[in-house]
Amino acid sequence: MDWLQVLVFPAIRALILIFVLLTGFAYLTWYERKLLARFQVRYGPNRAGKFGLLQPAADAVKAFFKEEIIPNHVDKPVYLLAPALALVPALIIWAVIPIAKGTPAIADVNIGFLWILAVAGIESYGIILAGWSSNNNYSLLGALRSSAQMVSYELPLGLFLVSILILAGSFSLVDLVESSRQWWEWIWLWLAFPFFFICILAETNRSPFDLPETENELVAGFQTEYGGMKFALFFIAEYVNMISMSAIMATLFFGGWRGPFAEQYIWLGPIYLFIKVVVLLFLFIWVRASIGRPRYDQLMKFCWQFMLPLGLVYVSISAVLAVFLK
Amino acid sequence: MELGDFLKGATEIGKAMGVTLKHLRQKPVTVEFPYEEIPIYPRFRGRHELRRYANGLERCIGCSLCEAACPTEAIYVEAAENDAEAPLSPGERYAKVYEVNLLRCVFCGDCEEACPTEAIVLGHDFAMANYERKDFVLTKEQLLNPGMPKVIIRPE
Repeated sequence: MDWLQVLVFPAIRALILIFVLLTGFAYLTWYERKLLARFQVRYGPNRAGKFGLLQPAADAVKAFFKEEIIPNHVDKPVYLLAPALALVPALIIWAVIPIAKGTPAIADVNIGFLWILAVAGIESYGIILAGWSSNNNYSLLGALRSSAQMVSYELPLGLFLVSILILAGSFSLVDLVESSRQWWEWIWLWLAFPFFFICILAETNRSPFDLPETENELVAGFQTEYGGMKFALFFIAEYVNMISMSAIMATLFFGGWRGPFAEQYIWLGPIYLFIKVVVLLFLFIWVRASIGRPRYDQLMKFCWQFMLPLGLVYVSISAVLAVFLK
Repeated sequence: MELGDFLKGATEIGKAMGVTLKHLRQKPVTVEFPYEEIPIYPRFRGRHELRRYANGLERCIGCSLCEAACPTEAIYVEAAENDAEAPLSPGERYAKVYEVNLLRCVFCGDCEEACPTEAIVLGHDFAMANYERKDFVLTKEQLLNPGMPKVIIRPE
């Protein structure tokens, strides 16, 4: 029965997780378009089905039946590999996120934090390889921006993660959610939330830090040479990344699956997590609707001259707090 | 980066997000056109109409002044003598053929200006899409019986 535990159950869970995430992606596009429209005092998609709820299905059908075009001047194997490389980290980062009491999505590997940092680190490869293999100046510039941006913002992101780790005293996200925190810990954590959120925005290439794909100067950046389902894969990667990062933020800052009665009724856990993720996604879209894109040098300056020192200070104070108050 | 700059930037971002949030609570201004009426000014120049007098006689007397005034030659008029027993228009002549080619028309309103009897006017119908080229040439029948466009005339 050992192989059942080791292979079959995790595989089934992974399949369910992928299905849920891809459905989530489809409806996240609907959610974003609808919300952005309402922010701009329009209706948004409302033709396909009631409230436009069938719009994601229509888009999916369209993407699947588009002609597969591979330009002659691209580096073919890398060109085809890049969209997959962009999508996979966005999906596998979910493995360690606890979705209910004592239940991580796939595995409780007790190095949850390291897993997040590692997977976030390889996320930029898909984009860099896409830009490189496209053999196009705009794509390459987009990819270069993306790599610089992601590498830079990973530093403060890592520092904030380390601070939370120091306070929690465990590498496992499952333990993190289940261990109880004191009131000052919550306040200290929530102080860091806006900055963590800024890092996440840069990390997921979301507006206002969507410089790798600036339409006005880079012609969609690294995606310029992609079409049909390959373009859709990048799109899926970006949106699944949004969901994953929201889930991580919910887990780190807002108690993940926790909520009234979630301890007694385990099935309530995923529902609370879902609600928290939806609220955080609203925040993503709200920021996109409100704030203009900064210049590239401003973006880098903000990271190196503000976020990084702030992260270092935050880590130091967290360490002191952990030693003296816990 | 100084702390003052940071606080200023943060408040500006807060303000921006407040503005968008205010708009989120507003009802969309979109007019869902085919299902809703659309407001139009009274002098809006839409599809052509040929008018009649109250007693049912056609106003058009087939003088072809509109044809002459038309800058794009969209109008074609062929006049004929009125039957004295059953006249179609009050004058000596009437328009036997009156055609407006909507693909040529620029909706300038010069035909309205030129018409001595105010027979041709530009109405409020603007939804003139069609599938066939020949359907864009309005016949006299169509001009005399304009549809009821779904519009609200709003004050100027």
